[in-house]
This record gives sequence, C-alpha cells and structure tokens, in this order.
Amino acid sequence: MSQSFLDQLWTARYVIMSGLGMSVSISLLAILAGSVLGVFVGMALVFGGAALRFAVRAYTDIVRGTPVLVLVLASYYVSSAVGVNLGPFTAGVLALAIFCSSHVGEIVRGALQAIPKGQTEAAKAIGLTFTQTFTSVLWPQAMRQFLPAWVNTAAEMVKASTLLSVIGVAELLLRTQEIISRNFLSLQFYFLAGALYFIVNYGIERFGKYVERKTTLPS
Amino acid sequence: MAKTILDIRGLRKTYGQHEVLKGVDCAVQEGEVIAIIGSSGSGKTTMLRCINMLEEFQGGTISLDGEEIGYHVEGTARRRKSEKEIARQRALTGMAFQQFNLFPHMTAAENVMLGLIKVKKMAKFEARAIAETWLDRVGLASRVDHYPGQLSGGQQQRVAIARAIAMAPRLMLFDEVTSALDPELVGEVLQVIKGLAADGMTMLLVTHEMRFAYEVSSRVIFMNQGVICEEGNPKEMFVRPKTERLAEFLKTSSFN
Amino acid sequence: MGYTLNFGAVWRNFDFLLHGLMLSLGLAVTSILIGAAIGLVLAFALISKNRFAVVPARLYVTVLRNLPILVLVLFAYFALPQMGFRLDKIKSFVLVLSVYSGAYLAEVFRAGLLSIPKGLTEAGLAIGLTSMQIRTSIIAPLMVRNVLPSLSSTVISLFKDTSLAAAIAVPELTFAARKINVESFRVIETWMITSALYVATCFLIAALLRFVERRLALPR
Repeated sequence: MSQSFLDQLWTARYVIMSGLGMSVSISLLAILAGSVLGVFVGMALVFGGAALRFAVRAYTDIVRGTPVLVLVLASYYVSSAVGVNLGPFTAGVLALAIFCSSHVGEIVRGALQAIPKGQTEAAKAIGLTFTQTFTSVLWPQAMRQFLPAWVNTAAEMVKASTLLSVIGVAELLLRTQEIISRNFLSLQFYFLAGALYFIVNYGIERFGKYVERKTTLPS
Repeated sequence: MAKTILDIRGLRKTYGQHEVLKGVDCAVQEGEVIAIIGSSGSGKTTMLRCINMLEEFQGGTISLDGEEIGYHVEGTARRRKSEKEIARQRALTGMAFQQFNLFPHMTAAENVMLGLIKVKKMAKFEARAIAETWLDRVGLASRVDHYPGQLSGGQQQRVAIARAIAMAPRLMLFDEVTSALDPELVGEVLQVIKGLAADGMTMLLVTHEMRFAYEVSSRVIFMNQGVICEEGNPKEMFVRPKTERLAEFLKTSSFN
Repeated sequence: MGYTLNFGAVWRNFDFLLHGLMLSLGLAVTSILIGAAIGLVLAFALISKNRFAVVPARLYVTVLRNLPILVLVLFAYFALPQMGFRLDKIKSFVLVLSVYSGAYLAEVFRAGLLSIPKGLTEAGLAIGLTSMQIRTSIIAPLMVRNVLPSLSSTVISLFKDTSLAAAIAVPELTFAARKINVESFRVIETWMITSALYVATCFLIAALLRFVERRLALPR
C-alpha cells in the first residue's frame, strides 16, 4: 500500500509540482492586482466625496457579501456570456483579485482611519500639502497597521485559489483530483495536497507574525 | 473562653526565588476583629489570599475549625486537596476584594444568590429571601434588582460584602476593600463592616485606614517583609509602638 | 455585446433558488452551532495553563485555519469512506464546516475570554464555586457579550463557506444557481440574483447579531 503510494507519488511528481506552481501563480497575480485596486478602494473610502464613497462602499459590501465561489463562477460564466472570452484562468484570477481588492480596501481604510486626526492637523500646521501629509505622515503610520493584515490576506488568497478547480483551472487541487481518478489513492493524495497548502499558508502566517513584530513601534 | 477558629502555623509562600511569606504564625479566636497593617509588599494581602486558597503556599499549615485548608500533610508528603474539597473549604470563608469583583451580568440580588443556589443548593425563592435580607442589611434594599454598572463604587462594594456574608461563612476576609473607592464613599462601606463586627463576626481586615483599624479592631497585626513584626491591642500599638519599624510605618501612614 | 437583461427565466426558478438559500442557512446554522461548542472548549483549552490542553488545541486551530476548506470538503466526502467512515453529502459537509468553524470561533472566543478580569474568577472561587461552575455561570455569559461585536464577520464568512457544498452537489444556493445558469442561459441575471440573495442574507445576519448584542447589553 505505502509502496504503491510512493510509486504513484513518483509518477505524479511533475503533475503535482506544476499544480503547485499554478496555485502560487494564481495567488500572486490575484494579490498583486487586488492590492493595487484595493489601495484605490481604501483611499476612495477615506478621502472620496460622498458619491464616490457610496459607490465604492456598495462595491465592497456586494463583494464581501458574496461567496468567493459565486464570484468565480459568475466571472467565468458572465464573461463568456457577454462575449469577452477570458478563459477559466483569467476569469478566476479576476474574481480573486476583486475579492482581494475589497479586503485590502477595508484594511487600508481601517489603517488610515486608525491614525488620530491630530496627525493631519499637525502636518497642516507645519505647512505640508495633502500629498506631503499623505506620503510622509499618514502612509508610514498606516503601513504599520496595514502590513500584517495584508500578509494574512495573502494566505486567504492561497486558500481561495482552490476554488478555481471548480471551473477547470489545473491548479494543485484539480491536479490532485486528476491523480486520484487514476490511482484511487484519495486518502493519501488529499493528505498530500492538504500538507502542501498547510506548508505554504503556515509559512505566510509565520511571515505575517514576523512582519507584525518588525512593524510594532517600540513603546 | 472563646475557641480558636483559624490557626496559621509557619506559613511560607514563594514566587519563584522570591519569598513573600517567611513563616507566619497566627491564631484567631471566635469573634475577633483583626486589622492587618503594613506597607505594600509586606505580604499582608498574600496571607489573606492563602487563607482562601487563592494562592498556593509552599510551607506551613492553615487550619479552620481544626480542618487543614488546601493540603493534606502526612509527615513530609504534602499534596493539594481535590478541587471539590477546596471549593467546599473556600465557602467556609467569605472574601471581599479591593476591586469589588461583582459579576457584571447579574443584578445585585443575583450576585448574592449565585453561591446560595450553586454551592448551598438552595431553592431560588429561599436564596432570593436571604439576598434581600442581606442587601437590606447593607442599606441597599432599593437596589436589589440593579446591575453593578448602575451602582456607585461604594454600593458595589456593599453588594460584594453581602454576597460573601450571605454564605454564612465562619470567617470574613476583607482585602483593602476601601482602597479603590472615592473618599466620600469610604464611610458607607466602613459602616457596614462595623455593623458586622458588632454582630460578633470573626474578621480579618487588610487595610490602609489606620483610624478605622484603631476603632474597630480588637487586635492589630503589623506585617513587615513577610513576617509578623508586632501585634497587640490597637490602643497600645498605635500609641506606643514597641518596634522601630512600626513607629516608622505609623509616622508615614495617614493616621489622623 | 448585445446582451439584454431578461429576468423571466430566473423568476420562474426563484423557488428553486430560495430552497437553495434555505438549505444554505440550514447548513450554516447547524455547523456554526456545533462549531461554537467546539470553539468554546478549544478557547478554554487555549487559555489554560495546562500544556496538555494548550498544545492539542493550538495544533487543531493552526492546522485547520491554514487549510483551504474545499480540500476538507472533498477529503471528507471522497476520502473518508476509504477509512470506512461514510456519510451522506449533507452530513459530510456539516461535519467539515463544524470542525472548520470550531477553529475560527476558538480564536474569537479566546480573545473574548482574555478580556475578562481575573478578579471575577477569584470572586467565584471565594464563594465556593468550582472551576466548571465559574466557566458556565460567569465566564461564558460575559465572553459572549465581549465577542458579539466582532463575531459577525466570522459568522458571515462561515455562512459564505456553505457555497462550497456545491462542489459535492449539495443543492444549496450556489448549486441551484449554477443549475439555472446552465439550463436557462440567463447567465448575468442568475448570478445577479444569487449574489443579491447572499448579500441580503449577510446583511440580515449582521443585523440579527447587532440586535442580540443590544438585547444582551448590560444596563449602566
């Protein structure tokens, strides 16, 4: 039994590695795109006018109120229905990026609003412009709040990347299912997939804790 | 003569390397009101907490009505009693805390009733009657169904005392019960304690209120660096301290 | 583009979606209740001084929080039967979501427990209560009040996780939506309505928890 598992594992080694590579690529792309979008979302929520704030708030509430799997399926089916044929990979990454942007947006908003109002006033009082205030006073302080939470979002994205298996993206979980359909070793290979996801996410979690320690101001 | 309720012998307590109690001996007779005074870090609060097993202690014995508290000691072997047994023993002594520690999600009456129902297995109506009686005794008849958040500090402390005394303990322990109160609220709490003293309740009070210790106690214990340094009648001790340390302490404390 | 919205097909199948939503809610409520019991036990273990309680609890929470729930869903339904543990689709999913909720709720509860003053435990001990009585009559009710404000994001996220039951063909809302999508080709309409149903339910959950929070608020 265990001999046959090791044999099967050896046979499947490249398939598993390519699946893992795919999962990591999906997560990285989603985090990058989602974070860029998310910073704008967060800024709009804090500094935007009433109309913009309302629109962006509606966007984040809808995205956060919808399961990621629904976002993935909707992105996949809707894009092809309206004639933009994205294909499962792009549609899936787009859905995760949207999901990521609402999370990052909330983190950015929280981080910016946690800064006492007096900071902006003090910056104004010494004659800084809005841009100067933002880049040299608000942003550095917000980053300390933002970074640890952002690293945790990365772990969320790795977990969410499994959902792309449902629309046929050959990431680690779909690859695992394919392997199991050939050798029927479901217990062993699901365990293996679980272990790989755990290692990646646990690594991210430890990194998040490290970042948290590094960014905490001495007091 | 009055019988001994509490007998503390060679009580030792250490936190890691640091020895907080270095062998305390003390016997308390029924009906005595003992004020324990001393500077912070002298071990007076720790001693009180050992009596109620809120602190473990490493040496010596504490016995209440002849029954050893917290530990079985046979020769050199010494082991902690079962949790159930310790819980039963704790119910024999009542304790009031500096921070009141009322249960914030329960009304004054419910705070008093909890122990009666859960520990003494009383019926609810019975517990309620006792709670009302004691809350009335501490002057809070009109606050029976108020939550702690709706009461002043002095009122909360009086509820806390009612909660402890309603369990009909053999002995009451008061741990700096007025230290967290605004000065104008201290009097109402001290009044309640005086009333209990007049009833003949046996009490140990750790206090910073020297005037009160002088008035209400039958004996004063002065603790210093983990041992009892001097003890005696308050009338003598406060006027003619025998040790240099007590004289020093009385000079710096607010006895006026 | 040339796509015109037409909700007719979706409205005709609206009952099907609603049934799906009811099943989603049923899965969420059952799993979160079981998960809350697991989480409560774990939270007490996490804050205890006993290593034999802390280490297994910490292991449970760390492992589960770092696994994608879809892997667990598939594992429970397809791999557990290999070990002779066979459950139907719904039970298998409830098992997974309960175990998973337990890990997330444990962390929420732990934070709630840590903010309860130690003096309350001492006051309970002083009147002769046992540790278990103190947990049930004093600590747990206060902990619930402490965590309610922060509970809704976890509960909502766990409710959204019920959508993964679609992966093992449990006919909950996402599964129903996908079926209508495939059968009617009214793609945009289907996903708009589905998303709206999820969003509305999330708002209701948040409102319900705020209501409970206000009801339990202590008078002052």
